[in-house]
Amino acid sequence: MQSSKPGPVILIVATAVALFLLMPLIAVVPVSFTPARFLSMPSGNLSLRHYQALIDNPAWGQSILLSLRIGILSSAIATALATLFGLGIWMFQPRFSALLIGFVLLPLVVPPVVSAMTLYFLMTTLSAFNNWIGYDTWLGVGLAHAVMITPFAVVLILVALYQVDRRIDLAARGLGASLATRAFKVIIPNIKFGIATAALLSFVLSWEEIGVTLFITSVNAITLPRLMWMGLRDNIDPAIAAISVLLILVTAIILGIRIFIERRGAAKSQ
Amino acid sequence: MTGKWPTSRKILLLAPLLLFLGLAYVVPFLGVVRWSFTLPEPGLGQYHALFTDPLVQSVFFRTLRICLIVTAASLTMAYAIAYVWVRGSSVQRMLAEFCILVPFWISVLTRAFGWLAMLSNRGLINTWLQSAGIITEPLALARNEFGVIVGMTHFLIPFAVFPIASAMRSIDERVLLAARGMGASRTRIFWTVFVPLTYGGLIGAALIVFVFALGFFVTPAILGGGRSVMVAELVYLRIFQSPDWGLGAAISVVLVVFIGILLALMRRFIKPAHLVG
Repeated sequence: MQSSKPGPVILIVATAVALFLLMPLIAVVPVSFTPARFLSMPSGNLSLRHYQALIDNPAWGQSILLSLRIGILSSAIATALATLFGLGIWMFQPRFSALLIGFVLLPLVVPPVVSAMTLYFLMTTLSAFNNWIGYDTWLGVGLAHAVMITPFAVVLILVALYQVDRRIDLAARGLGASLATRAFKVIIPNIKFGIATAALLSFVLSWEEIGVTLFITSVNAITLPRLMWMGLRDNIDPAIAAISVLLILVTAIILGIRIFIERRGAAKSQ
Repeated sequence: MTGKWPTSRKILLLAPLLLFLGLAYVVPFLGVVRWSFTLPEPGLGQYHALFTDPLVQSVFFRTLRICLIVTAASLTMAYAIAYVWVRGSSVQRMLAEFCILVPFWISVLTRAFGWLAMLSNRGLINTWLQSAGIITEPLALARNEFGVIVGMTHFLIPFAVFPIASAMRSIDERVLLAARGMGASRTRIFWTVFVPLTYGGLIGAALIVFVFALGFFVTPAILGGGRSVMVAELVYLRIFQSPDWGLGAAISVVLVVFIGILLALMRRFIKPAHLVG
């Protein structure tokens, strides 16, 4: 074992990489306290004006609520569909499993800009038929996000399923359990931490989604990333720094919850 | 195992997602393919333009150059931190995991903004260098190709770490002990035994990073400031600034075909679980 412990050279390089990874996240903090109206490092006195701006401008609050709503909807759709699909693959082991899984992972490997065009096409087509789900509506964005995040949910749920001992399902079958009983009483309780993780991470992905959202929204469905994008392109608004600091904190907390869920899952299964 | 259940039950579980993606993703994509042949007029005009227009050509070459640089940079950096994550002491492992996962889960916009805060004229680096008297004029670090490369490398390192770390974990410890027993130095074991055993993970990582880099447009749009347009951003600009849907659609189709071929050829190097950390 000793022979493969990291030596001094690799530790120095890895530390540099770690700093590189964390630097931009740290740099946001001082910028958010600048007293100036433009992106700059504060010199001397600090100011909370950009945090105040988040409260004073109702657009931020509205976009946060909208993103929450869209995130919950799309995460629920993605998790439900992915759970059913994962159960199907695991219980029946259909002949073309690899192909089917490859197919549902498409939105993950296709370039985001292509997915964005594709979903733009879908939304404009839907808008021709109804006013509820379509271009620049919150239900439309929820639907589009569900398409984009489902592959992640599928992967997470399959990973959880592959850790389940097949013999417990065989035992249930041998005792005459129906398909529904096996699914809901035997398998799902064994992957509930996997499902919870999938739901949580799907929500985060929808909450952060910008590529597709840019294409399918204009003035009504302004999600939080969409609002940030508008403040980032030309004249950078330091309020973005303030919201970024808050988002980094939220992400850190959600990651903490994920690790907690997984630890509990691991502890229970032992 | 498979034959015992009636097909209708299998379909009940598998069909909802397949149907959902078929209707909400595959069918609309065919619509985009149609656009590429019909807008602004029916024919192959857009594909002809794609291969002859000097502007499109220069964007293609820049994209290829940036993707190769970014792939090389992120693989090298990922290898070092993956090594510590897999083989370090328990404290080192925890620190490495933290540094990999926190940026991974933070939004691409926040990260691009973070790099603006680092690299722009009044950002952290220029402010420090100026107050230390090392430079008088701010260095042009953002809103150019350098900024794009830095931002994309930062985004893609975690994606490179997962397959590399997985390859490192599956190395049989006894092989390394054998090399050591035969008197090989640490450096020699690393370069002639350890690294070759991770080639599979490296190829998988290179593929994932390259494919993701190719289709990226948020980071280049923010850190390139319109001066270093890449192919995905060109699609965006063609649709929102100079409405030219046909060309945007044609570029999309070419991208998908190219990536499809690449992934089909190399599919044995990619495991889906590596994509989600």
